[in-house]
Amino acid sequence: MKVALPHPERFTSRHIGPRPQDIQDMVETLGYASLDALIDAVVPEEIRLRRPLALPKGKSEREVLRSLRALAGQNEVFRSYLGMGYHGTFTPQVIQRNILENPGWYTAYTPYQPEISQGRLEALLNYQTMVSDLTGLEIANASLLDESTAASEAMWMTEVIVAKRPAPAYLVDQACHPQTIAVVRTRARARGIAIRIGPADRFEFTPDVIGALVQYPATDGLIADYRELCRRAHEAGALVTAATDLLALTLLTPPGEWGADIVVGSSQRFGVPMGYGGPHAAFFATREHHKRYMPGRIIGVSRDVTGRPALRMALQTREQHIRRDKATSNICTSQVLLAVMASMYAVYHGPDGLRRIAERVHGFTLLLSTALRRLGYHLVHDHFFDTLCIEVERWALPGIVDAARARRINLRALSPAHLCVALDEAVTLNDVADLIAVFALDEALPFMVDQLAPDVEPAIPETLRRTSAYLTHPVFHLHHSETEMLRYIRRLEGRDLSLTEAMIPLGSCTMKLNATTEMMPVSWREFNRLHPFAPRDQTAGYLRLFQQLRFQLAEITGFAAVSLQPNAGSQGELTGLLVIRAYHESRGEGHRKQCLIPLSAHGTNPASAVMAGFDVVTVKSDARGNIDVKDLRAKAAAHAAELAGIMVTYPSTHGVFEPSIKEICRIVHDAGGQVYLDGANLNAQVGLCRPGDYGADVCHLNLHKTFCIPHGGGGPGMGPIAVAAHLAPFLPDHPVVHVGGPQACGTVAAAPWGSAAILPISWAYIALMGWDGLTEATKVAILNANYIAQRLKGHYELLYSGDTGLVAHECIIDTRPFKQSAGVEVEDIAKRIIDYGFHPPTVSFPVPGTLMIEPTESESKEELDRFCDALIGIRDEIREIEAGVAARGDNLLSHAPHTLEQVIADDWSRPYPRERAAFPSLSTRLHKVWPTVGRIDSAYGDRNLMCTCPPVESYAS
Amino acid sequence: MSSIPTDLRYTKDHEYVRAGADGIVTVGITDFAQGELGDVVFLNLPKAGDAVTAHQPFGTIEAVKAVSELFSPASGSVVEVNGALEGDPAAVNRDPYGEGWMVRLRPASTGELNDLLDAAAYQTLIGE
Repeated sequence: MKVALPHPERFTSRHIGPRPQDIQDMVETLGYASLDALIDAVVPEEIRLRRPLALPKGKSEREVLRSLRALAGQNEVFRSYLGMGYHGTFTPQVIQRNILENPGWYTAYTPYQPEISQGRLEALLNYQTMVSDLTGLEIANASLLDESTAASEAMWMTEVIVAKRPAPAYLVDQACHPQTIAVVRTRARARGIAIRIGPADRFEFTPDVIGALVQYPATDGLIADYRELCRRAHEAGALVTAATDLLALTLLTPPGEWGADIVVGSSQRFGVPMGYGGPHAAFFATREHHKRYMPGRIIGVSRDVTGRPALRMALQTREQHIRRDKATSNICTSQVLLAVMASMYAVYHGPDGLRRIAERVHGFTLLLSTALRRLGYHLVHDHFFDTLCIEVERWALPGIVDAARARRINLRALSPAHLCVALDEAVTLNDVADLIAVFALDEALPFMVDQLAPDVEPAIPETLRRTSAYLTHPVFHLHHSETEMLRYIRRLEGRDLSLTEAMIPLGSCTMKLNATTEMMPVSWREFNRLHPFAPRDQTAGYLRLFQQLRFQLAEITGFAAVSLQPNAGSQGELTGLLVIRAYHESRGEGHRKQCLIPLSAHGTNPASAVMAGFDVVTVKSDARGNIDVKDLRAKAAAHAAELAGIMVTYPSTHGVFEPSIKEICRIVHDAGGQVYLDGANLNAQVGLCRPGDYGADVCHLNLHKTFCIPHGGGGPGMGPIAVAAHLAPFLPDHPVVHVGGPQACGTVAAAPWGSAAILPISWAYIALMGWDGLTEATKVAILNANYIAQRLKGHYELLYSGDTGLVAHECIIDTRPFKQSAGVEVEDIAKRIIDYGFHPPTVSFPVPGTLMIEPTESESKEELDRFCDALIGIRDEIREIEAGVAARGDNLLSHAPHTLEQVIADDWSRPYPRERAAFPSLSTRLHKVWPTVGRIDSAYGDRNLMCTCPPVESYAS
Repeated sequence: MSSIPTDLRYTKDHEYVRAGADGIVTVGITDFAQGELGDVVFLNLPKAGDAVTAHQPFGTIEAVKAVSELFSPASGSVVEVNGALEGDPAAVNRDPYGEGWMVRLRPASTGELNDLLDAAAYQTLIGE
């Protein structure tokens, strides 16, 4: 035999579903000689990249893990008492292993199909209940991206609620976290809101003021009473937003009780590692009467067809995908995985456990304060929870910081004469002793640390001590043993369909493999325990990884520079547009504010444009879903003087490579505009064509689609942007850690590199695949989509295809004719697909009454066939209705999905057998995914809104 | 087939207008419109005394997955709002021409009302 010197294992063949022989067979089924011939027919020649990407070849999993270990080894995990919204925490191991590291949780998609999402919907309802209880406000959403963006969402919401004022102003307490001030300032500028920063006790509610933002406790630890401030604000018709800390609220009077209208913050310290900045779940709560203005996803209780309580996303008409340019936010995702973790942390500890943790943190802070006073230090504030602000002689400050470093401790220098120390759940008595030694400058202590045990009054003012109960619902009391906790997590997981069960062919979502190797580093302490504002010399491994990732993404997109800051696709859009705006302003063309957006664009595009301060000009689509070039030319000419740019998705939202893309870019450039390319469909382009080459100026990348970050059941995401050289100076900066360009457009996220802890996933994917594997993946993604389109021919009409009759990486099938022929709606087909054991494709986007299917390269031919067989089986069921064999309105589709309870009920009066209802295919007999509730009555829930855990009795019936 | 009463007038945006003896008109959305929207879950309506402008939105109507603006058939002022819809938005689906009425307006002039469609013209518009 011949000895193979390089290891024969190729990761590419693990990532890509179809085997080589399958690929050949599928290509031939489509009538092409080779995969390359098919690709040549799909991707227009004039935009093709006819050279390999300048990236290394793919490496084995072992090699990549070794490289990642080496990078991790260059990060140093100090004890960071820097605070500013990021704190050490213990992730309960039962949560780490069974949620964070469990593909049953992290590979699910946003709960668009509630019948197979009841598990995470329940966890999110727990999250909303937890936030609502702790903040003292009636209604909370299912999380936002980070605390700083949540604060700016609150400002926008305030602007909408408070009747329009000609030149609105917004007050921001100078004691807010610096990153929050920066993000709020950036967003306010885009919307023409004046920001006034100053001390909260001197706020003046003049008639132009719409609202105010305070931090409670403040960034330097102060706990202040804002009751009087709220009274004055409300008298003037303004709203008050409080940014706060959930752990502190177990001991402090919640903002809802002292008058705040909106409460935001981060739930990171509820068991989610700091991760060098994220991902974490921010929270957002408000009063009942403002609910229709609240940004983000809201989970609500409704009922299913049998009247049983069932959860689903509520009040969706608020959202950008429906309201487009009239939306009050461009947010289209949550941080589901992290919100689930935080809610489980509360379930695990319960109210008493959380209070004990808070009291211990506060106790250590008291102990430290006593020691520091005994050492002769002056503390700036007498009232605090976990953060002390210490006055230090200017000459002594650097020495103290260095002494801390020597003990592997990071302290925050608030000013040249002030240090802040923020303690957390992970702090031990030894840590406190170390801190005291640091401040004693290693002199002998005049006291014993363990004898300082604070038999002292809490440093929380009497008037701000919490008296109200929280987390009284049984769910927060029943799962405190690990056995109960484990079973609760498993029970919820079992209600959801994730990639561990079947393909999730959601068009525009790219549900590809999230390989185990790629996920490994997320749990490593060198990646997940770092504070985002830790000094750079402790994070060399991360910085190198960012540098390489930026280079890789720039090469893949054909651009010059990349910002990793935006932490969702929608944030990427907003950032890209702010960059374009800053570019025009730098050239004295700040009046360019008209943004062209095709009718076929995703609703987030127009919503983002409005957030960036642009006016939306809609461009028509032609009959085939392409941009109507004639209309574009006319609109570009008509608005040439004020044209900021165009937002275009490529391949189009209809899943087609438009041959006119170069011309579209040229028309916009000729009119003085910039081209923003929505990278949602980048998975069809990697290695085949590059936005930077065919004329775009900026694009965002959904790392959670194309680059393997798992969807987490509806977040986290990452939306870095790549820009051409002329836009690089305007990339976003950060007030604490220097990043971005010299003429930065502002700050768009709380952390300098967004959700840093998940960037190793994308880095690993690129390293594993290499230029060869990445390009191969794109080709197979296109092949898989075309194979599905081909197999469904004769059963369903394909809505759009290119000149050659081929699609890109997704295809749309038209189900509208069945309304007439069989009384079947697209919804009925989607729900019936659940009975067959699959997640339905995207429903009614981009065209109402259609299904958009995106298989990705990771699905094998067997799985594609199984899925096509299911769709064809459903088509046969429709034919039975058309032929009059099955009854209109009382058939397998109209009652889908079928729960176990329904099909085994003693009473069965349906005109079809139970067996066909539950086991429509052979594969469902081998493995059945049961929906746990029947079809949900969404209207009932929206008419009777309930967004916290319902009383237990309601489940009894 | 949607119901299109012959004694009413219609806008191209699917509002109906019922003329009262006192010059005040009652406005709601047509049976066709409620069918297209699906289950109505919320209405945002003006207050009595508010001014409205012809062809401009006077409110919004929300179904589970759609939101639409409501367009005023005439300029004038709002005399009365159907407060019962707040607790029972489904009345718009159940009985669009009866219980599901939205506002009563006092038009500033009768001119704009003359431009409205009659039942036959509205039927042609929706192609049923």
